[in-house]
Amino acid sequence: MFDDFFSRALIAGIGVALVAGPLGCFIVWRRMAYFGDTMAHSALLGVALALLLEINLMIGVFGVAVAAALALIILQRRPTLPVDALLGILSHSTLALGLVLVGLMAWLRIDLLSYLFGDLLAVSTLDIGVIYGGGAVVLGVLCLIWHPLLAATVSEELAAAEGLKPARSRLIFMILMAAVIAISMKIVGVLLITSLLIIPAATARRFAQGPEQMAVLAAGLGVVVVVAGLYGSLEFDTPSGPSIVVAALVLFLLSLLRLATGRPKPQARQ
Amino acid sequence: MQQIAPDIASPAEIEILVSGGDLGVYRGGKWLIRGVDLAIRRGEIVSLIGPNGSGKSTTAKVILGNLKPDEGNVSAVSGLRVGYVPQTLHINWTLPLTVRRLMSLTGRHRARDIDAALDDVGIRHLARAEVQHLSGGEFQRALLTRAIIRRPDLLVLDEPVQGVDFAGEIALYELIRDIRDRQGCGILLISHDLHIVMAQTDTVICLSGHVCCSGTPKSVASNPEYLRLFGPRAADAVAVYQHHHDHTHLPDGRVVPLEAAQSEHKSSADVPPDGRPDV
Ligand SMILES: Nc1ncnc2c1ncn2[C@@H]1O[C@H](COP(=O)(O)OP(=O)(O)OP(=O)(O)O)[C@@H](O)[C@H]1O
Ligand SMILES: [Mg+2]
Repeated sequence: MFDDFFSRALIAGIGVALVAGPLGCFIVWRRMAYFGDTMAHSALLGVALALLLEINLMIGVFGVAVAAALALIILQRRPTLPVDALLGILSHSTLALGLVLVGLMAWLRIDLLSYLFGDLLAVSTLDIGVIYGGGAVVLGVLCLIWHPLLAATVSEELAAAEGLKPARSRLIFMILMAAVIAISMKIVGVLLITSLLIIPAATARRFAQGPEQMAVLAAGLGVVVVVAGLYGSLEFDTPSGPSIVVAALVLFLLSLLRLATGRPKPQARQ
Repeated sequence: MQQIAPDIASPAEIEILVSGGDLGVYRGGKWLIRGVDLAIRRGEIVSLIGPNGSGKSTTAKVILGNLKPDEGNVSAVSGLRVGYVPQTLHINWTLPLTVRRLMSLTGRHRARDIDAALDDVGIRHLARAEVQHLSGGEFQRALLTRAIIRRPDLLVLDEPVQGVDFAGEIALYELIRDIRDRQGCGILLISHDLHIVMAQTDTVICLSGHVCCSGTPKSVASNPEYLRLFGPRAADAVAVYQHHHDHTHLPDGRVVPLEAAQSEHKSSADVPPDGRPDV
């Protein structure tokens, strides 16, 4: 089953979606979408460095994403610029640096588009192993820090006062985000990773009654979206990342329809 | 846990839960607070009063360890269990969170205990409501419940009854006192309601960037610094409240204000402690 490129992509994609859903919920709750975007954009720099140093791509991406997150935390501590400006600068400069570096390495034949938008053909059996192994670790750690992280998401002040060490959970959470970016890059591409994190979570919000339920729903919706997107990608010969995001968008729009019909019907008054 | 009646035991014998000495916080080119001394003992209600911007919340954050003081230091007994109601808390609407789930935010509790605590504060009927949909006073009640259900050693309440209705305000202060009596915790209370502060607390600290005066409610109320800060009418706070102070105890030990108990006489068995007749 693993010898067929499409099955490999499908299995890898499902693994990625299962991890991205719960993590994406926290990104939505903590309003960190642009933070995630910035980390993801730095991934291309990670690819370039990994090729240059001849190390594993995912390790390169993970390292650079963690470095970007740490840089952001440090820059935020000294209020030099508003956060959105900082994010904009870091997001685009790391992306540009990555592109320039890849361009400079003319001796390597690199298909840039496959890194930017994901590529069905790029997933190897080894990648599947890394995705499921890494994904299991990410989900395990997320379960361990779930309660303190959720408390810190509601209020860092409250969590700190009641002894839950919010700064530590926040840092661990960022490392988890970097890991998810690293393992999902081949499927979705660095430009669109954040949408795989956010859109299923945002869709799940309308149906969820509690945070835990929302996380499980987001994982499930993510799987649906990835499967639909990959089949679309195969069918129409489109890059996998954008196809998955379009599928996610369609599902999100459908959930809005459900919202519209969820209103009470106007009752005739006597 | 040892039960302590604060008016019997002498303060020196009672364990100090947390204390701050000579606390100073310097931000944005000025001292927000300076030279603040304070100690909270088990079973004691210490209240912080002072005008807006006088550093009450800042002091509370320093005591909680959320804010590092630039001067002085805070020492707390090890393993101190804290319950905190911050002055402001905004919960992002994208987070689906019911009142019941909010109760176990920083620790797990049995469903039975949660129900009982929600009952005590008069919001049992809101257990399944989303916190973002609560009214201001309801949300404040939920935050208070969340803090007390932890059975903390130290409760830090920063304007805990803001926006709570008239009858509910008195009932909740009675509840806070009752929890102190039953659980023997120490309480740091920030409030603008001088009447309540003077009648319900053991030690009053009057802040204005520094400690203007502190001591028993009576001694503070007659202190010229206090009168200068709050105006001459503030002196009546002690007398006025004691004059009107009137409540009754239900058979199960709950306390309700007298008017509420009378209007609910027909069904006194299930009067919520907030005394709202239409629940
Ligand atoms: N980070 C900061 N930088 C500069 N000034 C600050 C900072 N935090 C608080 N302040 C100022 O410190 C003062 C004390 O604030 P604090 O919140 O402790 O007041 P408060 O006594 O709780 O007031 P209120 O009754 O309005 O709640 C205020 O004047 C506030 O503007
Ligand atoms: Mg305040």
